[in-house]
Amino acid sequence: MEFTRRETLALGGAAALTFLLPFRANAAVEDLVNEFTGGADLADAGVELTAPEIAENGNTVPIEVSAPGASAIMVLAAGNPTPPVATFNFGPLAASQAASTRIRLAGTQDVIAIAKLADGSFARSAKTVKVTIGGCGG
Amino acid sequence: MAASALVGASGFGNWSRLAAQQALTQDQLLQFDTFGNVSLIHVTDIHAQLKPIYFREPSVNIGVGDNRGAVPHVTGADFRKLYGIDDGSPSHYALSSGDFSSLAQAYGRVGGLDRVATVVNAIRADRPDALLLDGGDTWHGSYTCYHTEGQDMVNAMNGLKPDAMTFHWEFTLGSDRVAEIVEGLPFAALGQNIFDAEWDEPAELFPPYQFFERGGVKIAVIGQAFPYMPIANPRWMFPEYSFGIRDENMQAMVDEVRAQGAECVVCLSHNGFDVDKKMASVVTGIDVILSGHTHDALPEPVLVGETIIVASGSNGKFVSRVDLDIQNGRMMGFRHKLIPIFSDVITPDAEMTALIDEQRAPFKADLEEVIGQTESLLYRRGNFNGSWDDLICDALLSEREADIALSPGVRWGPSLIPGQDITREDIWNVTSMTYGEAYRTEMTGEFLKVVLEDVADNIFNPDPYYQQGGDMVRVGGLGYRIDVTKPQGERISEMTLLRNGEAIDPSKNYVVAGWASVNEGTEGPQIWDVVEAHIKKLGTVTVNDNNSVTVVGA
Repeated sequence: MEFTRRETLALGGAAALTFLLPFRANAAVEDLVNEFTGGADLADAGVELTAPEIAENGNTVPIEVSAPGASAIMVLAAGNPTPPVATFNFGPLAASQAASTRIRLAGTQDVIAIAKLADGSFARSAKTVKVTIGGCGG
Repeated sequence: MAASALVGASGFGNWSRLAAQQALTQDQLLQFDTFGNVSLIHVTDIHAQLKPIYFREPSVNIGVGDNRGAVPHVTGADFRKLYGIDDGSPSHYALSSGDFSSLAQAYGRVGGLDRVATVVNAIRADRPDALLLDGGDTWHGSYTCYHTEGQDMVNAMNGLKPDAMTFHWEFTLGSDRVAEIVEGLPFAALGQNIFDAEWDEPAELFPPYQFFERGGVKIAVIGQAFPYMPIANPRWMFPEYSFGIRDENMQAMVDEVRAQGAECVVCLSHNGFDVDKKMASVVTGIDVILSGHTHDALPEPVLVGETIIVASGSNGKFVSRVDLDIQNGRMMGFRHKLIPIFSDVITPDAEMTALIDEQRAPFKADLEEVIGQTESLLYRRGNFNGSWDDLICDALLSEREADIALSPGVRWGPSLIPGQDITREDIWNVTSMTYGEAYRTEMTGEFLKVVLEDVADNIFNPDPYYQQGGDMVRVGGLGYRIDVTKPQGERISEMTLLRNGEAIDPSKNYVVAGWASVNEGTEGPQIWDVVEAHIKKLGTVTVNDNNSVTVVGA
């Protein structure tokens, strides 16, 4: 039988996307972060990022960010050709400072969330999301 | 192979039964000083094995990262030394690899749901309100299960009266069929991580947890289905559902049931053992994780923080009994026994035997048809090739005229010992699935490496949350070297086409035959037909040692 390249990529138990290594956060990502924070230090606590460890479908990966009291949260997909995903701004009347959306990931990479907190400081959270098809569960 | 001559002469009947009975009694297997106020009974990963079988445990099960050298990544003589098990003892045979073919003659077959029923009934005689929990992978893995779309297993398990269940391979029956069965189940179908794919909300059909009041204790059982179903199995068969580990939701569910007064929290999990260990270190408040998926059988629970993790093997070979002492919402102590189901020692439960026979009756002639014989031990379990896999890959190479064969690294499938007939049922036991089409295609050398690297990372990623369970994809006609300590993209080297000993050329095309594609619309003959045709031609099967994979860093 004939397989197109796309089909061949999804052969069960023996399949993979073409991206072998996690995409590294590149200089562009650093610039974007600096632009958002003005170069301020980033704390580890204060923003929560929820994302799957392995994406079921790299074309639509559900993510959620939450940072109590924050005025803005920026989300970056460090390995995408265009890393900026979204910046959520929360006004003073926002009931909660949380957002969820679905994003497209070009391959295994880090998803990064940066929050501007109520006191003007910044917090960062990141998670590696693996984009793969393959493996055969026991 | 001296052992095969001995078997050929003596057969498998009364001789093995006598030997097993001299070494063991049913009373010994069931002996248990009832403890505390709650009893849990755990069965998991039965893979539709209703009848007694042989099942060889792995000799290669490599742990990486923090789990290097930790159970269940200890095998053979090392495993026996760790647990103080005598060589040649019943526990050696049941729990570890080594000397399998000769011990199989002495101790006979294992499992059989009618023997499991006897054990469950005996525990219920001790503790009438014991909870029976099924960890899933129940409605998959046999000729009769395939042809009845799981109904044989549903009928038989209903006879055991479980209290709750979680899922994995069940979903490969297709979401419509799963819904049809689940809607009629007389027990809870649980999964806190089964979500509606469109809305990313908990799926209505699968509640996260169920409360039970047993021994005066309020117990919450939380289900955890296999997290990576849409990746390891064909997503198009159950597009309505999304899974994932979702440990933050697990914590929320534990907090919720504790707030509702749960004095004991049990997680019925199909995560796989290393994922369960990590989850137990992240989520607080779970007393017991009943662990499935990776088919490990451990004679003692593993303790992580204040959570005990119980692993109960596969293919109907074991039943775990866990007694708990719950006082004022705290687990004060536990007593545990992994009960091996020696089928010649445990008297079958007559009612269950009749129920099983009833399921098999319409298919009896097809099941029992002898296709060939084996002179070699045929087994699957292990991180790399097992002899069953080698035989399947040989079948693909010769029947599909391919350079290279790929066979999925699943962990189910009973063993056959030297001298045994190979029946159609035996072939289905190691191949049956709803997407068994054997494809034939071309792949470049470069793409083959990508494939091997990708699957290797699903097993050897040092973070268990990125592992999917299962083993390395099995290969025929191809040799390679793997360094399990390296990151993805650097593990595989020295790929060689075995036919001519030449290095695999990244830019060259190779004809590849394989099966179990997760891709919709895959075409080809069913793998069981391919294997049957191959064995028929061979008549008697001999599988030589396979040294085509060199493992480094184990």
